Amino acid sequence: MSMEQLYQQLILDHARERHGHGLRGDASGPGAGESFQVNPTCGDEVRLRVRLSDDGTRVADVSWEGVGCSISQASTSVLSDVVTGAGVADVESFAAAFDDLMHSRGAALDPATEERLGDAAAFAGVSKYPARVKCALLGWMALRDALIKASKGE
Amino acid sequence: MLTAAELSAVRADFPLLARTVRDGRPLVYLDTAATSQKPQCVLDAEQDFYERRNAAVHRGAHALAEEATEAYEAARAAVAGFVGVAPGELVWTKNATEAINLVAYAFSNATAGRGGDAARRFRLGPGDEVVVTEAEHHANLVPWQELCARTGATLRWLGLTDEGRLDLGTLDVIGERTRVVALTHASNVTGAISPVAEVVAAAHAVGALVVLDACQSVPHLPVDLHALDVDFAAFSGHKMLGPTGVGALYGRRELLEAMPPVLTGGSMVEVVTMTETTYAPPPQRFEAGTQMVAQTVGLRAAVEYLGELGMDAVAAHEAALAQRLLDGVAQVPGVRVLGPSTAEDRLATVAFAVDGVHPHDVGQLLDDAGVAVRVGHHCAQPLHRRLGVAASARASAGVYTSEADVDAFVEALGRVRTFFGAGAR
Repeated sequence: MSMEQLYQQLILDHARERHGHGLRGDASGPGAGESFQVNPTCGDEVRLRVRLSDDGTRVADVSWEGVGCSISQASTSVLSDVVTGAGVADVESFAAAFDDLMHSRGAALDPATEERLGDAAAFAGVSKYPARVKCALLGWMALRDALIKASKGE
Repeated sequence: MLTAAELSAVRADFPLLARTVRDGRPLVYLDTAATSQKPQCVLDAEQDFYERRNAAVHRGAHALAEEATEAYEAARAAVAGFVGVAPGELVWTKNATEAINLVAYAFSNATAGRGGDAARRFRLGPGDEVVVTEAEHHANLVPWQELCARTGATLRWLGLTDEGRLDLGTLDVIGERTRVVALTHASNVTGAISPVAEVVAAAHAVGALVVLDACQSVPHLPVDLHALDVDFAAFSGHKMLGPTGVGALYGRRELLEAMPPVLTGGSMVEVVTMTETTYAPPPQRFEAGTQMVAQTVGLRAAVEYLGELGMDAVAAHEAALAQRLLDGVAQVPGVRVLGPSTAEDRLATVAFAVDGVHPHDVGQLLDDAGVAVRVGHHCAQPLHRRLGVAASARASAGVYTSEADVDAFVEALGRVRTFFGAGAR
């Protein structure tokens, strides 16, 4: 695989622009949750906050801070685009689909999954490099953890 | 120095160096500080042991048991001789991490009263201090943190200069309360070789014991542990052309004799009753359970291989590579060396930060060119923090590394910032 295939322009752009970067809102409280995740092999860090809608069914806001490689930064940036305003159930199934993609070891995506994943499908090449999979999943791990905390928030 | 012909012969001894990676690119292996590749003689020695002499050692009286025990003890003598100590001062361990933990847990056990009066000098408590340095690999830091937490002793440390060298201006951290000073002989990140003599003098002046992490020095420099006058030293086989699963702890004989055991069980005992046990003399006292015999035999082959080349020649070869690495990296815009910028008192281990590009991304681009470097914090997070970065990329050479390897690395490094558009920002 060429480096251009791994580092697609969309990834390089997101790594630079980092949508959703800069923490906003509350770390805890009703409908709010925050998670801090590290990748111990390289020291990458992400701290991510979510705020749920009043009825708890939608993700009203996502924000994050982090340091890390272009894969982890771009992945969390794409996450921010995908998740903001989406239903919690949809977010969970999307996260599961992205997780599957990352563990596919480079198997070709079926067209339906590719369409479903949208921009996140650009990370398909990462799955061929097992050492980088955790980079792409770091933000998503933080999101899942933050959502659990937000849904439990009193 | 190795001649071109000698280097070419050395490279031919390492089967793995002939392979290709990532769509047929020749391998440029610059991750020797993490683990070295193995010459054929090491692979053969292990295989030969299993094919002809395999048996449990120091138990059993049959012919094979005798031969295996002989092989095991001959390996000990060879490795001990390689670092200038007596066979009875060398304890086999799984690796250097285990060796350092062995010392730390012996202190703990002595503090709990084990080993009796003889082990009194290993007892620690509140008011006592253990001194490390900011340059340490986690393996020579965390065990001491844990020992202090278990005993109530205080952990202190020597500082570093901005170039990553030990700051001798902080040597006064070693004082009357210091009981142990643990330091690396050479940093696995900066490549800086520590001024061991100065630290040993300061430690011994206050009666403290010195534990040397010699993982990065023994494979690359002539090392005489008696001449260095350290009290304990640890190194790993796999970093010095030997197999994984074997390392060694050196301890001054009188200290090993006074130390209580750590792992207990079979083959480290004298007399066992249902209520108590007396222990074998060192080194057996610290070698409980069935040992990594084939690996010790492999490590013997490794030190004999290095010995035939001559460690002075190995060190000279690698000093030239260090200079070439530093010169090469200096030519690439936007790359900062984390560690000494000159080749004096340093290994051919060069960690660096690329402006605007994360080390993982640097490593990925180099890997695509067939160049294997380490990325991350190299098990030295406090050192990276001290140098102002979270992580780095690191190129590290070994006896089999060629100038062409260095040049291929530098050439690929030159493309990194362009690819990620970092130069333009």
